[in-house]
Amino acid sequence: MADAGGCREVAVLSRGAESPEGERHGLWRLAVENPGWTKAVAGQFAMLRPLRFGRELTWARPLSLFGVTPERVEFFIQVAGRGTAHLAAMNPGDRLVMWGPLGRGFAVEPDTPTLLLAGGVGLAPFAPYIAAHPRPDNLRLVFGHRPPLAAYPFAKMAATIQAESFHEEKPGDLDRFTALLRERLADYANGLVLACGPRPFLAAVADMGRAAGARVQVSLENRMACGVGACLGCVEKDAKGELVQTCVRGPVFWARELAAFDGGLETPGSREGCACGN
Amino acid sequence: MRELSVTLAGLHLKNPVITASGTFGYGLEFSRYGDLKALGGICVKGLSLAPRQGNPMPRVAETPCGMLNAIGLQNCGVETFVRDKLPFLPWRDTAVIANLYACDAEEFAELAGVLAAEEGIAALEVNISCPNVRAGGILFGQDPAMAARVTEAVKKRAGIKPVMVKLSPNVTDIAAVARAVEAAGADILSLVNTLSGMSVDVSSRRPRLANVIGGLSGPAIKPVALRCVWQVCRAVDIPVIGMGGIASAEDALEFILVGAHAVQVGTANFLRPDFAFRLVEELPPLLERLGVSSWEEFRGTLKV
Repeated sequence: MADAGGCREVAVLSRGAESPEGERHGLWRLAVENPGWTKAVAGQFAMLRPLRFGRELTWARPLSLFGVTPERVEFFIQVAGRGTAHLAAMNPGDRLVMWGPLGRGFAVEPDTPTLLLAGGVGLAPFAPYIAAHPRPDNLRLVFGHRPPLAAYPFAKMAATIQAESFHEEKPGDLDRFTALLRERLADYANGLVLACGPRPFLAAVADMGRAAGARVQVSLENRMACGVGACLGCVEKDAKGELVQTCVRGPVFWARELAAFDGGLETPGSREGCACGN
Repeated sequence: MRELSVTLAGLHLKNPVITASGTFGYGLEFSRYGDLKALGGICVKGLSLAPRQGNPMPRVAETPCGMLNAIGLQNCGVETFVRDKLPFLPWRDTAVIANLYACDAEEFAELAGVLAAEEGIAALEVNISCPNVRAGGILFGQDPAMAARVTEAVKKRAGIKPVMVKLSPNVTDIAAVARAVEAAGADILSLVNTLSGMSVDVSSRRPRLANVIGGLSGPAIKPVALRCVWQVCRAVDIPVIGMGGIASAEDALEFILVGAHAVQVGTANFLRPDFAFRLVEELPPLLERLGVSSWEEFRGTLKV
């Protein structure tokens, strides 16, 4: 029999934006019934497929866990396409199919100074990370964002740990943000650095973190169909050159485990293959 | 209808639901979502002699009512499968079907030989939708003579294992390929494999798959699949396993109504990982409602 962490149909409990700014920029919180999950780790994710997808939208959407209580599982979503638009428009009582918690989450080392680096909606997994950490005084957060800060659940997180935000408004700001990240990373030689955000951001953090002597974990959001290791759509090349599924071996990896983030050169896969695609 | 079992050319299935190759990993990935022993069969991810990395990323793309994939047959190789995966599959209860992929007839034969020696393998499924490297890359499945040659080669080395040949829909006359493969000794046919397709992004002006072209699957292809199964069932005497876009119990019965003995479900396993397990449970009440008491009285009884 499938366990409590199997695939379940659940109802939406609530949906809301952090502020009118959140609504305007398509950033929503979505809470659904907890189907019986007892253990979940920050950085893990779930696959969500609203029944309204019917047959038209094929895949469930992978979403990072934003909060898990015995009653509810919460997500923080940015509308990026039709699937997330459906999810962000769900009302209490609407039903969806959900499976999880999936994958491997972030490392927790209570006594190690730990720097959390978030880009945009990549802030989501750090809310449960901070909430569950036994030594919040060892945590520090740097958050880069484009929509206004009020669109994000930043204030509540900043209330419990040392945190700063950076608003990227014009092209030149990216360099200033990178400089800020480099400056913060310099304090984390032998420390732990956890990053979640767009891939170029993760690549920059991995490079600068390595230079600073920090141990870096990155959370990837590769395109995936199944979330359980079967479709082989989300694979990432590891440092040994093997292709590993992001959904089961990640989504959180040590940067040094991956070819694209370990400072070496990425080698392309073969192109020979099968016209059936399999 | 209580008795769901079906036997095709010596391949016994406790029910006609088989998970399709490439959509169910090596089976074990799904054990958290249902009892693997409840399934009729499991077609494992296509196996080659040596491990394969597959194609560059991105290699999957969502499309309306379906998806494209160009995985490029990433797999752990037959040796690792036999050593590390097969022993953990419930092959005494559920038919484990090995899907074979190779670049020429000799390699197909060698692979068949390795798998035929395994007690845990119930049947061999030959993927002929791949390029024949020695014939300039033309697809085995698009040429009746080449498809027949591969079938013969596999059959010679398969021992007592039933040999199932998986047909491509990307042909002018699928019945002609089916007849050629039947004449070459195939015990069972399975169809259809994916439809060749592509998807592009106008803003980046790039294809959505790094391989440019991939295989379309999902509900979008069901009418094409059903037509192919219908034509093939009328053209051959060996049993047929139907697949292509099955996303409900009704869909599965449509394939049986046009003549299939069993079905494979693929992309629907991605829609929800418990899909195949639910399908097994949904068949009996649906058959009851339709007043069907045995497969024999239902199979191939489409009124035309």
